Amino acid sequence: MTKQPIITVKNLVKNYGDFAAVKGISFEVYDGEIFGLLGPNGAGKTTTLEIIETLREKTSGEVMVDGFSVDHDADSIKQRIGVQLQAAGYYPNLNLSELITLFCGLYGIDKTPTEMLEKVALTDKAKAKYKELSGGQKQRFSIATTLINNPKIIFLDEPTTGLDPQARRNLWDLIREIRDSGTTVVITTHYMDEAEELCDRVAFVDGGHIVGIDTPNHFIDELVASGFERKKQVKLANLEDVFINLTGKEWREG
Amino acid sequence: MNPTKKYSNTRATLAIAIASFRSIIRSPSAVVFSLAFPLIFIVVFANIGGSAVTVDVGVAKTSDTSNIVYKVLKGTKVINLIKNQSTEEMTKNLAKGSIDAVINIQRNSAGTPFTLNIQYTEASAQKDGILKSLLNSIFYQINSYGNTAPQPVAEIKAATIKGREYKYIDFILPGMLGFSLLSSGVFGTAFVFLSLRLTLVIKRFFATPVKKSSIVLGEALARLVFSWLGALFIIMVGHLFFGFTLVHGAVTVINMLILAAIGLIIFMGFGFIISGIAKNESTVPPLSNIITMPQFLLSGTFFATTAFPTWLQSISKILPLTYLNTAMRQVAFEGAGIGDVGPQLLVLGVWFIVVYAVAVKTFKWE
Repeated sequence: MTKQPIITVKNLVKNYGDFAAVKGISFEVYDGEIFGLLGPNGAGKTTTLEIIETLREKTSGEVMVDGFSVDHDADSIKQRIGVQLQAAGYYPNLNLSELITLFCGLYGIDKTPTEMLEKVALTDKAKAKYKELSGGQKQRFSIATTLINNPKIIFLDEPTTGLDPQARRNLWDLIREIRDSGTTVVITTHYMDEAEELCDRVAFVDGGHIVGIDTPNHFIDELVASGFERKKQVKLANLEDVFINLTGKEWREG
Repeated sequence: MNPTKKYSNTRATLAIAIASFRSIIRSPSAVVFSLAFPLIFIVVFANIGGSAVTVDVGVAKTSDTSNIVYKVLKGTKVINLIKNQSTEEMTKNLAKGSIDAVINIQRNSAGTPFTLNIQYTEASAQKDGILKSLLNSIFYQINSYGNTAPQPVAEIKAATIKGREYKYIDFILPGMLGFSLLSSGVFGTAFVFLSLRLTLVIKRFFATPVKKSSIVLGEALARLVFSWLGALFIIMVGHLFFGFTLVHGAVTVINMLILAAIGLIIFMGFGFIISGIAKNESTVPPLSNIITMPQFLLSGTFFATTAFPTWLQSISKILPLTYLNTAMRQVAFEGAGIGDVGPQLLVLGVWFIVVYAVAVKTFKWE
């Protein structure tokens, strides 16, 4: 992998009144990787993401996205990124095709709804409303809207929360496909198995600080080398493997 | 990654307008409030009122009856002039409402040639509204002719007025139009912007290069087109099935649509304010009702504001819908142009400034 940074965050600080949500974070995201931002609720993950996405003002620090500064070139950044928000809805009473058309207009891009829905295997739902979709379909549709402007980077905020194991695996495949086609992916999640499986590198955020940044493998090896041992004997499979084994890998269309 | 192509704000605005329009026509409440309710009211009231209302007007004993104004009134079908009652009887009947008004025309030696004194009654306020509107129409035309040719006016005048019945539909339809614009502007705008904010639709929009002005303009455009179509539909149904008077035909319709746009923009301002102060969707209806109900009842939607005691009338005289309704009626029935309803537009202009000054302070994007 080429280690060319596409996002650079330096000493990022965000205060809400007296409360410091982000206390001087610095990290880089490399071009073409899946980068995971991990940490407990309230650690400052979403705030950090939203500042990079130009949706939120920072208090201080420096953020560069694909060579543009969030201070001066927010519009250029918006044209180069795709954003999936945690728990965002879509314009009411419209079907998926019409929503895609709307976003094409918002981005000023000529794409057909079918073309976009094909990328996330939702062509058969073109006439369905967003709220009629299953959890996994909703997330895939959200991802389709982030891809309309051929972004260099997409941001996914907890995309797999609430999905069943099949839908989760299905989404992982989609995210890997997006990465393989050259788009950088920044993702947040509470599932460590997911981060381990999916992310090329992860950063742990806690209390507004980054407490570690490396590849998942390296983190695990380091911990083991330090003498850490799981209390329970590790088996060769876990319960999720049993679940997938019993219910099959095929994803159910909700 | 289309760096060569320049980003088009117009395209983004239109994309939002189209999305919003699609959403509005699929929303049952918008269609019910903007089309069904006004139509139901029109059908009900047009039938209750009958096709031709007559207004009984007593002529005071001291009134001059040998003048053009009197002749015109006499030639107006809707007005039934009563001369055979004594002054005492008239006062009594006026109080009971069995006659609707008493007029007394005085010939002046200087200044305006005639003064028409009119006494209305609270007992028959609804018909008084009709009479008032009718008199306005008559005077508007007498005076406009009077400006150019002072003397031979009488004959032409009488001919123009003749056969133009003031039907209740002529009163109720502009009122219904106003009500439809008010509810669409206030409820519709408040609900849409609150729900777009709460469901993070607007936040997601902000992650695209779209401008805030495009979002507001796009939404306003969609609502305007929808309201125009609704107004056209209501006017056409009123005109074709209930004989709603359009003095200058298509020109009158266009003037009404211009007024509709002005009204809608002001009412949308209230919607923006409510969407900003409402915490969730269940607080929208009560807040909206605070704005719409008083105007619905006090702005001369169903009956003339002259029905109210003076203190209540002074409230009517503040409300924007009162002025929109008056302007609409003058345009539709009295044949006024947009320039002729200047005083009403001035009041609406003041409302526009006040409402949007507040809206800018209270509106929330997130």
